[in-house]
Amino acid sequence: MNKKYIVPVIYIVCLMLPIYWLVKMSFMTTNEILGTFALWPKEITFDNYIKIFTDPTWYNGYFNSLTYVGINTVISVSAALPAAYAFSRFRFLGDKHLFFWLLTNRMAPPAVFALPFFQLYSAVNLFDTPMAVALAHCLFNIPLAVWILEGFMSGVPKELDETAYVDGYPFWKFFVRIFIPTIAAGIGVTMFFCFMFSWVELLLAKTLTSVAAKPIAATMTRTASTSGYELGLLAAAGTLTIIPGAFVIYFVRNYIAKGFALGRV
Amino acid sequence: MPLELKNVVKKVGADTHIYDTSVELVENQFNILLGTTLAGKTTLMQLMAGLETPTSGEVWFAGKNVTGVPVQKRNVSFVHQQFINYPHFNVYENIASPLRVAKISKKEIEERVGHVADLLKLTPMLGRKPSELSGGQQQRTALARALVKDADLVLLDEPLANLDYKLREELRDELPKLFQDRDCTVVYATTEPTEALLLGGNTATVHEGRITQFGNTSEVYRKPSDLLTAEVFSDPPINAAEVELASGQFSLNGQVNWPSASTKLANGSYKMAIRPHYVTLEQNSEKALKLEGRVLVAELSGSESVVHFEVEGHPWVSQSPGIHAIEVGQAIDFYLDTTQCLYFDDNDKLIAE
Repeated sequence: MNKKYIVPVIYIVCLMLPIYWLVKMSFMTTNEILGTFALWPKEITFDNYIKIFTDPTWYNGYFNSLTYVGINTVISVSAALPAAYAFSRFRFLGDKHLFFWLLTNRMAPPAVFALPFFQLYSAVNLFDTPMAVALAHCLFNIPLAVWILEGFMSGVPKELDETAYVDGYPFWKFFVRIFIPTIAAGIGVTMFFCFMFSWVELLLAKTLTSVAAKPIAATMTRTASTSGYELGLLAAAGTLTIIPGAFVIYFVRNYIAKGFALGRV
Repeated sequence: MPLELKNVVKKVGADTHIYDTSVELVENQFNILLGTTLAGKTTLMQLMAGLETPTSGEVWFAGKNVTGVPVQKRNVSFVHQQFINYPHFNVYENIASPLRVAKISKKEIEERVGHVADLLKLTPMLGRKPSELSGGQQQRTALARALVKDADLVLLDEPLANLDYKLREELRDELPKLFQDRDCTVVYATTEPTEALLLGGNTATVHEGRITQFGNTSEVYRKPSDLLTAEVFSDPPINAAEVELASGQFSLNGQVNWPSASTKLANGSYKMAIRPHYVTLEQNSEKALKLEGRVLVAELSGSESVVHFEVEGHPWVSQSPGIHAIEVGQAIDFYLDTTQCLYFDDNDKLIAE
């Protein structure tokens, strides 16, 4: 083998090892996991996956998580689009301060907001609904979305807007038919990051739900505490949480680098 | 009655971008805005189009006050210096876009787009996206979109500036022909005096937010009303120097003397301006006077020599046909065609030529 491949191979092996370990465990029984050290399962079992796909307390966790993540992504992007447009195209009193202030919302740990959100949502009967988590996650996702989208929008010359107006497009027609398709890549990147941050956030999601809207991450931690160590089951659940993220990354893989390059993530 | 600006002022924050400007464009002709970058040409065009509203003053079009009427409700088209097209539409849809918004029938759109595409040699490219076109083709697409609309006012903001030399020449030849049979007033912004002269029509010289002069292009070139206009409308930069007039003789630095053509001028000191191509390395006419200078920089292009030199610490530029071997620092004789001098008074107003 050529020498130049040595470093990449070591890198990829180190990178993939934890994921491989997780996937390997998901095909083993808990006894086998605890009993022996093995590089691959001796007996492959699908029981863990079967349990997840047949037991409503398990698959509802995924369903709930995907629901609030989806709602959150839609709210974040649709609220951020007009805001980012204003920041990229207009100069108004205090615009730069406001733009920076948006970012400061990301500086406080979400835990700070767990208690006020819990109290507020209980008061307005939003507690234990996907909507509660979706709205709470807007706290950090909308500022992020505004920042990413503003970067993409500022990359589109103002002359494009002018050309459309000269052609006769009213503002909203221009925005929907010309502008949004022009920054489609940016919207894709923004949705990806909103999805990711909402998908991996645990604390707010756990605090603001109890039974009906329980996210998968909460279900996983419960299993660990009540019926002993069901490591195989946990590993299977963990493997399944990787899949939606990997799926989304696949679609925006060509644009993520640009999102990072804009310095906005 | 075409477009008219009446005492238009444009301020952005504390900065004044356009000072009190009144100008009436000439209908169905080329109206050229000539000035350096940041002179205010684009702002003037945005005010004319209705993309910006004036801070004070009025914009009139065809006898109607259109100040504050949004651009969507005016029949104008605008071509920018950058190649602006809708990236997700193909060329056909790009050209058709103003007609689609105006809800014109499919059949008519097809006909008009086809006609304009033919005119601008875009027919083979109609199915492509703008990103798959060369710069020249992208700008042709933008021009086609401006033409397809049959606008009353077409604003071209340095449309050729981002094209390479050959394409620029080619498109510049085509442009006047494209507008020949159309009832539309064209406003064309450029930074190049040569381009203004080639396009003809009328020229307004713009300098730091003011129109210094507006009139027939060759008239403005030959008889600039003031020194500033002469400076804007000259490339390479026009030479200006102090001259003394005494008993019918002009004198430059006491070194060069020539008779005054006009008898009306009183004795005293004046500003004299002369275009670089009347200051040559060879004596082209018997009347041309010798001026001794020291070479600062010599720029040799394929067919002409532009020499920057100094006379008693004062910079001059000379432009002569042909290639000359010149060394920096060399003392050399230049010939001044004094019949081509322009004279200005203390207020920089043209008083004699």
